Amino acid sequence: MTSNSANIKKAKVESSSSGVKMQTINLNAWFGTKQALKDINVSFKTNAVTAIIGPSGCGKSTLIRCLNRMHELVPDSRFSGQVFLDGENVYAPGVDPVMIRRRVGMVFQKPNPFPTMSIYDNVAAGLKLTGARKGRDLDKVVRWSLEQATLWDEVKDDLKKAGTSISGGQQQRLCIARAIALQPEVILMDEPCSALDPIATAKIEELIVKLKEEYTVVIVTHNMQQAARVSDFTAFLYLGQLIEYGHTSAVFENPKNELTEKYITGKFG
Amino acid sequence: MSKMLMRLGNLKKKLTGDNIFRVLSATVATSAVVILVVTAYVLSTGAIPVIQRFGSYFFTGTSWNPVEGRELYGALPYVLGTLATSCIALIIGVPLSIGIAIFLAEMAPKKVRVPISYLIELLAAVPSVIYGLWGLLVFRLWLQQYVEIPIHNYLGWIPIFATEGGGVPVGLDLLNGGIILAIMIIPTVASVSKEVLTAVPDSIREGAYSIGATKWEVVRHWVLSYGRSGIFGAVILGLGRAVGETIAVTMVVGNAIGPNAMPTSLFQPAQTMASLIANGFLEAPNPLDKSAYIGVGLTLLLMSLLINVIAHIMMARILKIKGGAVE
Amino acid sequence: MINNYVFRKVKNRLFFVLCLACVVIAVIPLLSILYEVVSRGAPFLSLQFLTNDALHGGIGPAIQGTLILIGLTSLIGIPVGILSGVYLAEFGDNKYASFLRAINDVLTEFPSIVVGITAYSVVVIGLIGSYSPIAGAVALSIMLVPIVARTTDESLKLVPNSVREASLALGIRKWKTTLRIVVPAAKSGVITGILLATARIAGETAPILLTILGSNYFFQGFRSPMDALPLRIFRDARWDNPRVQAEAWGVALILILIVLSLNIGVRLAARGRFKR
Repeated sequence: MTSNSANIKKAKVESSSSGVKMQTINLNAWFGTKQALKDINVSFKTNAVTAIIGPSGCGKSTLIRCLNRMHELVPDSRFSGQVFLDGENVYAPGVDPVMIRRRVGMVFQKPNPFPTMSIYDNVAAGLKLTGARKGRDLDKVVRWSLEQATLWDEVKDDLKKAGTSISGGQQQRLCIARAIALQPEVILMDEPCSALDPIATAKIEELIVKLKEEYTVVIVTHNMQQAARVSDFTAFLYLGQLIEYGHTSAVFENPKNELTEKYITGKFG
Repeated sequence: MSKMLMRLGNLKKKLTGDNIFRVLSATVATSAVVILVVTAYVLSTGAIPVIQRFGSYFFTGTSWNPVEGRELYGALPYVLGTLATSCIALIIGVPLSIGIAIFLAEMAPKKVRVPISYLIELLAAVPSVIYGLWGLLVFRLWLQQYVEIPIHNYLGWIPIFATEGGGVPVGLDLLNGGIILAIMIIPTVASVSKEVLTAVPDSIREGAYSIGATKWEVVRHWVLSYGRSGIFGAVILGLGRAVGETIAVTMVVGNAIGPNAMPTSLFQPAQTMASLIANGFLEAPNPLDKSAYIGVGLTLLLMSLLINVIAHIMMARILKIKGGAVE
Repeated sequence: MINNYVFRKVKNRLFFVLCLACVVIAVIPLLSILYEVVSRGAPFLSLQFLTNDALHGGIGPAIQGTLILIGLTSLIGIPVGILSGVYLAEFGDNKYASFLRAINDVLTEFPSIVVGITAYSVVVIGLIGSYSPIAGAVALSIMLVPIVARTTDESLKLVPNSVREASLALGIRKWKTTLRIVVPAAKSGVITGILLATARIAGETAPILLTILGSNYFFQGFRSPMDALPLRIFRDARWDNPRVQAEAWGVALILILIVLSLNIGVRLAARGRFKR
């Protein structure tokens, strides 16, 4: 069943590798008494971009925050179920969230570079925590991260300036560099472009497609065209439940679930 | 005739209940200004005799001699005493207050937060004279026995731990005054600091957590850093409170007079501007003497006003910056 | 890398234990004070202690004096404070009101001994010619008014504008609206502010030290010195007689009972109203 496929490009399919990087099993999450996620079973393939789409309030953000154990920072929050990273349960007793967050990085909806730190220090922050000292090695990693985030050329002469002194799009790429500097295995992105203009958005989308060569990317987005442009797999969430999951092209051109079809064709949003 | 009626009509309009009410309440509210002006006038005119007579000696000299014929009034020891006790109060009280603020803003579960906040507030409800009573009859003994005598025994050769004639420290001295003040400024500094920390945007904490920071690292490197100007403002407010505190300090600081009152040692009796007045004003034998005390009061008021004005300007600027779009 | 990680975990634990320790250290003096006041003061509680004058081993004059001071100060200070607060809240959108608010803030931070000097000069020397309960009340009012003005201002500002507009739309004049509708709506906040300010000035010593002097006898008229609980404590504690010093705890117990019950009672009442 086709829809507004005129605007939807065919997603790249050849990115799939058979490995699964992260997986959730029977994941439930609550904020107080309100249940935000109901029995989510989904997997995220290695070196691929998985998009999570769905209307506002469907639990997309909550889902990825469970992946890097940020959900538990909210007071009165609860969860149940399992989340696996390379086959190991991230929520097993004795597992330290600090270690998980080093392997699973996050970029937020509103760019949040540290205002009290310079561009250089923003990128170096995570490394300094683990004992990296000022010096040429650190400089190299900072430069590499900024290059990976396609920001180096724009800020290489202004590394001492405050992290908030650059434009919104640049700030977001700075946040990506900050996350990359720790060489995580997974990068989670929570609507990374929703606060940015179209040109900045395009730059970041280009970056995302490049990133999947090294990392596994999970991106939450309310923009279906973006999901279609950028992702290999798509998961559709509605009211806290996983409605459909599959290759992006399949989900968009041949949705199996009526709800998915309705959402994609814009019958509700 | 009609013009007169018109004027009367206009007057009647002006005399409405609303206007009377506004003018009346404004007048009453102006009492604040009146009080300020009267205070300034009273203190200035009261201080004129002593300043006219002794000039700059009043601010740089150390003798305090009310004996007729040999009068000499120098307020320097008491100005320094105020600053010294306040500094001790800040050195001890500020770290404690920040620790409490971090506990309340970042650590404590909701159920614990309210009762502990309340306990800290309760510290402020205890009257100053009762702090003094406790400091004089209870704390002093503990301080003398467990802190001052041991330190004096081993380190008494260091000037800051010395006593007059090498004798046993009594416990009514600069240190006791400073510690009591520290306790009394904790509610102020802790609660303002807590507000500052709570106002730090969550987006900063999230960013820090997402790069794998521990909770303490989030607080130390990011939350405190963002809130540092607000906390500095809280410290200045605490300083203002310490400078103005009178009775508790009077009861424990030792009542030293003259050159002996210069704050050179933690274990020697000292005197602040406020405690000097509380100790001596009532028994001042002649007008010049009373003028000397009023002069000290004027100095105290000016110092306190300066500190508090600085604190308020800082806080206003901080609120403007944070409230606007720096983020 | 593992070493560093363990070190960070240890630091994490350590610093939070330190913060908890700060809380404990700060609370110890409070607990000690309450304990000492109650344990050393309770033996003194007897009818004679509370009603006799100082020559017969009692603190009757001090209790009476504190009550008289509270009464006089309330008489002077509460109307002035409330009306000032009303002006600031209801007519306060101008520069003059901002100026007044700043002045009020300045006044709340006056060293209390300075207030005493002013009241001494103006009332004891200038107006009456002797130590006087009125001078004490004036001094305490100087401290009370800015506090009450501010709490009244803030309480009135909490009343939603829709209430005012509804009343004005009915043709009720502003002054009636304010007095009959807005102020009653803010009643609990205003009363809370007054009670807390009263508890505060009931415990003040420095302003009354220079104005009522203290006394061993009951109230002797408006041109004579008078006693009060904080003054009694101040004097007794510094007396060179251990028996007199011990008695100071009894006085302190009475004072703390008054001050703390006002504080705690007000907070409980305010919370109760919120829950409803």
